[in-house]
Amino acid sequence: MARAELKQEATEARIATLDLPAGGKWATSVRTDALARLRAMGLPARRDEYWRYTRPETLTQAEAPAAALFDSKEPQVFESVDRLRVVFVDGVFDPAASDDLTLAGVEIERLETAAKADIHWAKDLYGVLEARGQKPVDRPLAAFNSAYATDGVLIRVTGAASKPISLIYTHKSETSDAILHHVVKLEKGAELTLLENGPAAARFNKVLEVEVADGARFHHIRAQGRDHERRAATHIFARLGAESQFKSFTLTVNGVLTRNEAVIEMTGDDAVAHIAGAAMGDGAFHHDDTVFVTHDALRCESRQVFKKVLRNGAVGVFQGKILVKEGAQKTDGYQISQSLLLDGDSQFLAKPELEIYADDVACSHGSTSGAIDMDALYYLRSRGVPKKEATDLLVLSFLAEAVEEIEDEGLRDEIVSRLTGWLARRGG
Amino acid sequence: MLEIKNLHVKLEAEDKAILKGVDLVIEPGTVHAIMGPNGSGKSTLSYVLSGRDGYAVTDGSATLEGEDILDMEPEERAAAGLFLAFQYPVEIPGVGNMTFLRTAVNAQRKARGQEEMSAADFLKVIREKAKTLQIDADMLKRPVNVGFSGGEKKRNEILQMAMLEPKMCILDETDSGLDVDAMKLVSDGVNALRDAGRSFLVITHYQRLLDHIKPDVVHIMADGRIIKSGGPELALEVEQNGYADLLAEAEAV
Repeated sequence: MARAELKQEATEARIATLDLPAGGKWATSVRTDALARLRAMGLPARRDEYWRYTRPETLTQAEAPAAALFDSKEPQVFESVDRLRVVFVDGVFDPAASDDLTLAGVEIERLETAAKADIHWAKDLYGVLEARGQKPVDRPLAAFNSAYATDGVLIRVTGAASKPISLIYTHKSETSDAILHHVVKLEKGAELTLLENGPAAARFNKVLEVEVADGARFHHIRAQGRDHERRAATHIFARLGAESQFKSFTLTVNGVLTRNEAVIEMTGDDAVAHIAGAAMGDGAFHHDDTVFVTHDALRCESRQVFKKVLRNGAVGVFQGKILVKEGAQKTDGYQISQSLLLDGDSQFLAKPELEIYADDVACSHGSTSGAIDMDALYYLRSRGVPKKEATDLLVLSFLAEAVEEIEDEGLRDEIVSRLTGWLARRGG
Repeated sequence: MLEIKNLHVKLEAEDKAILKGVDLVIEPGTVHAIMGPNGSGKSTLSYVLSGRDGYAVTDGSATLEGEDILDMEPEERAAAGLFLAFQYPVEIPGVGNMTFLRTAVNAQRKARGQEEMSAADFLKVIREKAKTLQIDADMLKRPVNVGFSGGEKKRNEILQMAMLEPKMCILDETDSGLDVDAMKLVSDGVNALRDAGRSFLVITHYQRLLDHIKPDVVHIMADGRIIKSGGPELALEVEQNGYADLLAEAEAV
């Protein structure tokens, strides 16, 4: 059988037991479209160009592989931050655990509720940004998500939100298979900080679509951790208007398989997009950052900063691309992906790409793998800092460029405290 | 304070002998200087004493206040009171200078069984010491040595020394890359730390540093050995005549 047919067969087998969630006109329409997209491309298979470094089987098979619950007495990240909590348990919104969904300048709706309406503003974004992000690279797990997501939040921001909206995920069933889809629409000049944290499910498929209108600012800080057996495929699709800002940072620790994709399209002049990630893996850890930034306007600035610390056989993957379209003059594009390998068993696979069709641009990219700097280690130890502590300091130093992408000092400290805690719990 | 006997050291990677029997005794409260041509083993001596990897001691000993330091980890030597001011201080992006210093001070205190210094006390002390070295608040906040000028890096070394209060300070070509004013500033910093319980070993190519930091004893090192020791006048002799005569004299012996 040809590869395409095999793929089709695998895709049909996966969706055979699933029904498109019931909903009103708009939701049914976007879900049906998404299903057609999924069928046309098929679920990812091992020989697909964009799945060469990450095996998709456990993300696409019908049953979610079981994942042990992670029981920790430690307080969760962002606990000290004044925020509006939106809680999902195994992929289902939990109103009792959540705050009242009201915030000045912001409309927050549960997808499950909004989907019942016949007309909704989300129709112009839900699955729409995802569909735009399917070219030139297929992202079938995102199309799958748009078709089958049962829950999520739709957020429309008209002013400056007075506090962050915090999506908190809780994992209670060892075999849960959660599909969540969030849409954020920032109107002109609006501003929002979105936080995400917590183990969502045994297997988690999440899509976040963000429209940042002219002059609007979006900050996103996400912490993936606390669940060692997590399997997650997440996508961010963002479209940026003129003079808008999009800044996203992700901390990833633990988890057997995490693939975070980000697809950012800069369609308005003078927009800024920064996307950063700091990942620390120990042992059974496979972490994949797949990023695609498209410059389609004048004088836009994009930065991709991804850092991974790997030990005991952990694997890190980075596939990052900057596409500068014809006419996107004065583009300033930067991409760096680096790994710190703490032993010889760990591995970093990187595929940095630039594709440029404008002649007046500044784009740079770099990718490195290295060990701890022995000179720096000696320097710290010669000042009396023990080897383990000195190594931890150098790990933090290595991750700093990514962590510093978090603008808010309080939120940055929250993330740094997670990093230091994770390091402190590990032996030398 | 520091007693080095017949120290033989080779480079592990190249199996090449660098130090070929160094003998040196530094009494408490004294300042010793080592001068010598390039490649004579001066920096190697400072690295071996502070515990850098890559060197193998094949013979001899080094003790600090009677304690053998050559078997200690670098951090243990530091806690025992040894400090090396680096010729090329290392840049550590992402780690604030202040954080680094506080980590170091408290790690040493912990190793010695002392209580950690509170953040408030630490801040008070460091501000005071930084001021005399003309190190501003910005330099304290910035990542360790990142973007520092040559002079700032050396002043930062002296600040670390002042904060850690070691007993035995080794200065490896602290004057290299310094202009006249910076050298004065660094020397004043060092001189302020001189006291009866603290000793210094100053490694330098040039006599002019020794105009500022006045040594009690000057040693000339060549080909992995100390070939001559004397008073401050020995440094002046080198400045005027170079090493040729001294080397020839040593050959003849």
